[in-house]
Amino acid sequence: MRVPLRWLETMVPLPEDVEALAHRLTLAGLEVTNIERTGGDWDRVVVGRVLEVRPHPDADRLRLVTVEKGGEHQTVVCGASNVAAGQDIAFAPEGAMLTDPRTGDLRRLKKTRIRGVVSGGMVCSEAELGLSAEHEGILVLDTSRPPGTPLRDVLGDRVYVFDLTPNRADALSVLGVAREVAALTGAPLTPPDVSTPRPGSAIEGRASVEIADPDLCRRFTLALIEDVEIAPSPAWMQERLTAAGMRPINNLVDITNYVMLELGQPVHAFDYDTVRDHHIIVRRAAAGETLTTLDGKIHELSPERLVIADPGGAIALAGVMGGLDTEITDSTRNILLEVANFEPASVRRTARAFDLLSDAARRFAWGLPPELPPVASARVCRLLAEYAGGRVAEGMVDSWPVREPGVRIRLRRSRIPQVLGMEIPRPAVRAALGGLGFEVEEDEETLEVGVPYWRRDVRVPDDLVEEVARIAGYDDLPAAPLAGAIPHHPPIPARDLRERVRDLAAEAALYEVQTYSLLSDADLAAVTPPEMRAAPLLKVRNPLGEARDTLRTSLRPGILRAAARNLARGARAVRLFEVGKSYHPASGSDDGRPEEREAAVGLVVGVRVDRFGSPTETGLDFFDTKATLEHVLAGLRITPDFRPAAAFGLLEGRTAEISVAGSAVGVLGQVHPETAAVFGVGQDAFLWELDLTALLEAAPGMTEPPAAVPLPRHPSAVEDFALLVGPDVLAQDVVREALGHPLVVEARVFDDYLLEGSGAPGEAGRARRSLGVSVRYQARNRTLNENDIAKVRRTILKRFKANHGAVVRERA
Amino acid sequence: MTVSDPDSLLAPEEVAHAIAALGSLTEERDVDAWRTEHLGRKSRLMASLRALGGIDRSRRAAVGRLLNEAKTRLGDALAAKQADLKARRTQDLAALDVSLPGRPLPAGGLHPITRTERAVVAAFGSMGFHVIEGPEVELEYYNFEALRIPADHPARDAMDTFYLDGPEGAAPLLLRTHTSPNQIRYMERHEPPIRLIAPGRTYRNEATDATHEWMITQTEVLAVDRGLTLAHLKGALYEFARHLFGEDREIRFRCDYFPFVEPGVEVSISSPDGWIEILGAGMVHPEILANMGYDPEIYTGFAAGLGVERIAMLRHGIRDIRRFYENDLRFLRQF
Repeated sequence: MRVPLRWLETMVPLPEDVEALAHRLTLAGLEVTNIERTGGDWDRVVVGRVLEVRPHPDADRLRLVTVEKGGEHQTVVCGASNVAAGQDIAFAPEGAMLTDPRTGDLRRLKKTRIRGVVSGGMVCSEAELGLSAEHEGILVLDTSRPPGTPLRDVLGDRVYVFDLTPNRADALSVLGVAREVAALTGAPLTPPDVSTPRPGSAIEGRASVEIADPDLCRRFTLALIEDVEIAPSPAWMQERLTAAGMRPINNLVDITNYVMLELGQPVHAFDYDTVRDHHIIVRRAAAGETLTTLDGKIHELSPERLVIADPGGAIALAGVMGGLDTEITDSTRNILLEVANFEPASVRRTARAFDLLSDAARRFAWGLPPELPPVASARVCRLLAEYAGGRVAEGMVDSWPVREPGVRIRLRRSRIPQVLGMEIPRPAVRAALGGLGFEVEEDEETLEVGVPYWRRDVRVPDDLVEEVARIAGYDDLPAAPLAGAIPHHPPIPARDLRERVRDLAAEAALYEVQTYSLLSDADLAAVTPPEMRAAPLLKVRNPLGEARDTLRTSLRPGILRAAARNLARGARAVRLFEVGKSYHPASGSDDGRPEEREAAVGLVVGVRVDRFGSPTETGLDFFDTKATLEHVLAGLRITPDFRPAAAFGLLEGRTAEISVAGSAVGVLGQVHPETAAVFGVGQDAFLWELDLTALLEAAPGMTEPPAAVPLPRHPSAVEDFALLVGPDVLAQDVVREALGHPLVVEARVFDDYLLEGSGAPGEAGRARRSLGVSVRYQARNRTLNENDIAKVRRTILKRFKANHGAVVRERA
Repeated sequence: MTVSDPDSLLAPEEVAHAIAALGSLTEERDVDAWRTEHLGRKSRLMASLRALGGIDRSRRAAVGRLLNEAKTRLGDALAAKQADLKARRTQDLAALDVSLPGRPLPAGGLHPITRTERAVVAAFGSMGFHVIEGPEVELEYYNFEALRIPADHPARDAMDTFYLDGPEGAAPLLLRTHTSPNQIRYMERHEPPIRLIAPGRTYRNEATDATHEWMITQTEVLAVDRGLTLAHLKGALYEFARHLFGEDREIRFRCDYFPFVEPGVEVSISSPDGWIEILGAGMVHPEILANMGYDPEIYTGFAAGLGVERIAMLRHGIRDIRRFYENDLRFLRQF
């Protein structure tokens, strides 16, 4: 909301330093986001009075104008036709800064000679003052200030721009802001004059109202103003409205807007003569009923909408917008003035439904007091009588079906320090509440507080504590250390696991990404097996766009897109991971909420770098990727099982299912080129995916602190075997076989090559292979001798052969 | 060699000869062989020394002195030679260009949101706050109603909400607009004292620009106990600010409005560029405490909601919030 300071000043004296005041208002909860200046700086430009206008001796269209400007006279050349003696004008002497009407730039006025006459100044147009593009005629001022007064004291203003919180409907008005200023500065408040001038004949019998739906309309008043004359509103009113951000129209419209801004109460003027029977019915709309609003739009209504109707049908959308049929026009003579109070939620719903979030609707939606309409009605009547020549009919039609009692709150004094942690001196409490219009009766223990009708946000004792604190200010609030017992800390294994995986993945030289939870369903379909695509997805009803309308069921699209963007920007090696949630419709949940599962995904794509960090021809591959996963799992002290598997979106033969203790927990593999292409990745990309929720179930103790194992005290012996294995043998199984013997403490593959056929090492199932396996023998309680080792060797070689068809090719 | 034969004893010319031979050697193993030949147990010198007792008592002293002199000369020559060789060994190495880079180690790292969230959790953790987590897909009750934001309340204007499609008649599901539902979910099941911190993703249906993102990571802070006051909130936030932004920070409150707290405050911290708003906070509204079954005359509490992105932006001087979810490695590598 915009509050011009000249307007505010009419109700409360302002301190010299308006920036400091804005700061105090902000700290007290009325946030001033900006102080705007309207008009220009107008250095040296003053009010001047035209004393005499004479023709220029050598030019028909130019005149010589003599101006008084604070005791001295000066004659200048002027080209405007509307200049006349007796006018107050804006006079710029030599050296003043003015706007060039052609370029819009500021420039300093110089002495010039025009057709032989020296001109040491200028009578300004609006354009030269930067007020508008108008430069045909000079600006004639409407001012009582004497010649010589700086122009900026007459024209232009400063405007507080507020960003208000929706509990403070009272502050959506100049009066509301003035009340705050008065409370903060202690200055006296002068509310606008709402006395009724000489009333005309009574309204009784000439207008009537019936509230059919009192749940949506709490109060409705009508006033009648006759014989108004439509004309421009006074200049001061136009200036204030303009500064407040409203366009002046005519006196009738301007006055209704003015009072809304001044008091915060929207009002609506009907053309009395177009309202059938002069009878108003406030009711829910009938189904299918239509209304053409002031903006010319036709709305189809339903019983959810509250309308103002006459016996012939709806004439306004209550609290939101008036109807076209009863609009004020140039021929309007008599005005029927509605000032009412509507139920906030209903106005908010209607305004949003029709996208008519007007200033009026916002005020109703924030909640206005039903006590306010007669005040605003009287104010409009007074201004119409004064500035539109209207006769105000005596009395007011007022329907107020359910009157709420005034709110009184009992506040224990001790509650103030109980909430704030500081004492506020009694006089400061009294001053704060009194200054804001609260009525206070007090004794030693308690304050009995009457809440002014305009503060509908104050209802419980702690609301009063805040009122006191915000006016007294929070600057003296001490910073107290927390004391007392620290509550029990229940562990969250899912979080512990997630954060551990993050650390381990970063250690494995992956960079963490965080991608959006909402994706397009096309993105998700690209990573979902066709047979699963029929499953319902979690769709957003009101998305920001199609690209973000579905909760992700997979982390793959996000990380693939992140990789694609980095590759597109020239990254040669992209190693990423994400840990986050995926969302799955849950059929069995009590409250209908979906299941939120924890997942981790790693992605590796690009080329290796050489000793100097330059990219090489060698691509990052499956085993580069697997190493990162192994680091994560080893850090969790998990021994996974890798088995060839088929998984949608991954290349067959280059995909492994990861299981832990017999439960599947994830996959590792090369991204299928078609899938990668969907997301813009054109190179071989490899990923792993872990279902952390499943992992936690399969290995619940993994984030517990590890138990230390005593170091071995007896020497070990190492032996290497070159094994000839069949095409389907997994290295992992051979190694596990060796490890199955109690005297084998370590077994690992040290070599792997093909004996015949094609394919590359490590790709199981293509050809016969030689597998080098290194075995370490050790006992915990003694030194193994040759005989012991020979026995172990015989056993494991027998098992290699029996269980894996692996025979020794040579022994190192 | 007969030890009793004085002529067979080591002669001074032999010493000079041996020393000359040593001078021409360049390999360590030759020097070792020389040492064995001339100073070893089987050397003529050692044999001579051992034979000393057998010679004429009148010559013994003179011969002994000569032999010891020879031993000293040979030993000194050997030591000098060994030192020379040692020096040569390190001198002859090819010099490195020590300014060349080391072999590249692949690097990885945590996202700045993760780092900042952890820093926030650690700051409050040092004050006894423990982490809880709640669902991102929420019911209106927890996101709004239980927090005193009924349907069509104007406070909802500031929290444009994503709703999920759902079956007709079922309770509508939404993406939580803040982490405050965690307050209700926790208080429903626990008794005071409470000190919790609840980080997680939140969603607002609004257009993005340099300071607005439709998905942000928030962190809820809640404490409920006997005797907690707004001053304790200030104390906790002061401590938090020192953890995240360093010593010499100050905390300022200004009045603000959130329906679920009373009083409500906007919190700023001091910085070289002036006061910077970092979070909203306040005292838990007594109606909420009462609804949770706590007596608001006995228990009071404070709550705060922090935007993790905002804090990360301030800590690292990041000017555009959209950087966080672009995941450009050039950005991610900076943290």
